[in-house]
Amino acid sequence: MAVMINVPETAAPGEVVEVKIIISHPMETGFRTGSDGKLVPRNIIHELTCRYMGQEVFRAELHPAVAANPFFSFFVTAQESGEVELSWVDEAGETVTETRPIEVG
Amino acid sequence: MAGQVERAEGGAAPRLRPPRDICRKARWSGAVVAAVLAGAAGAQDGRVSTYEQMAPELRAMQDDDFSNPGLLWAQTGEELWAEPSGADEVACAECHGAAEEMAGVAAHYPDWDEESGQAVDLAARINLCRQRHQGAEPLERGSEALLALTTLVALQSRGQPIAPSEAPQMEAVRGQGEALYSTRMGQLNLACATCHDDLAGGRLLAAEIPQAHPTGYPQYRLEWQEMGDLDRRLRNCMVGVRAEPFAAGSQEFVALEAYLKARAVGMEMEAPAIRP
Repeated sequence: MAVMINVPETAAPGEVVEVKIIISHPMETGFRTGSDGKLVPRNIIHELTCRYMGQEVFRAELHPAVAANPFFSFFVTAQESGEVELSWVDEAGETVTETRPIEVG
Repeated sequence: MAGQVERAEGGAAPRLRPPRDICRKARWSGAVVAAVLAGAAGAQDGRVSTYEQMAPELRAMQDDDFSNPGLLWAQTGEELWAEPSGADEVACAECHGAAEEMAGVAAHYPDWDEESGQAVDLAARINLCRQRHQGAEPLERGSEALLALTTLVALQSRGQPIAPSEAPQMEAVRGQGEALYSTRMGQLNLACATCHDDLAGGRLLAAEIPQAHPTGYPQYRLEWQEMGDLDRRLRNCMVGVRAEPFAAGSQEFVALEAYLKARAVGMEMEAPAIRP
């Protein structure tokens, strides 16, 4: 599963930084039929969370109307050096966790 | 047929025709004129990329590599580039080096392939390379893997001017493409030129009719929700005029692409582009 995450490598204490993530995912709605005429089972990422300094800083719930390859952008206040941890789970049961370091100082 | 054209060795470089409709551009709608006046790249002669017609949000999506989903395909392409493949267990990178070495390559495709004696587009070239140098099966046209590799190679030419192949045989291929471009087809009996030359800048329902410059292929269309090649886009138009589409990867599509690329000579490569 290809994914692109952009967390600034460095930030000043108290700086508001933008976190961007785009995930390669079909976001199959469950309403489409395949070439065999049967419904393709629904498989969407239904939850994405971001943790920083051991604390949840962002959470999104996704629904079938969200397009394929979802993109998120949100802001986090940089306080101390550490890892920004992003994880998401889809309905095929696949859980992915990615971390990116951020240096504050 | 292109394959029967005699090679004119040492002959004059092929003459690339300027767009045949420059004189018509003056009649274009206010929207296009405004885009041109706004300083659109390569706009001096009235040619304008569909990029300039898009909403600012879509342009921003294309411009930021962290929001352009096409880069996901390029990332998959990077993995495939480095992965040994086929009976010969050799990776693209072993001959070509880093993908960055392919800078400028995509800008002059379609090109002539001496060995098979026909014009090939970038995807077909990748497949020929797989067969000849990796001992691998060709990838299916429009497949995820072939799009990923094509996107990776095309990305290396981003920002470079389209510079059509100077192989002498390509002149005949472009001629064939130009003929197809002006051939009326389908139940609606429309030629490409009917809309994309005569009515460009006008509207087809809500959509602005583009000038059909293939600057950004493979491209990510929001209607597709994935990457697609120029063949797919051309099939889309052919189905729209209720014509029987040419086969994916057929010589007709290669000829059309060769003509469109010559028509867009000097315009900036933008692959992977975003389009609505």
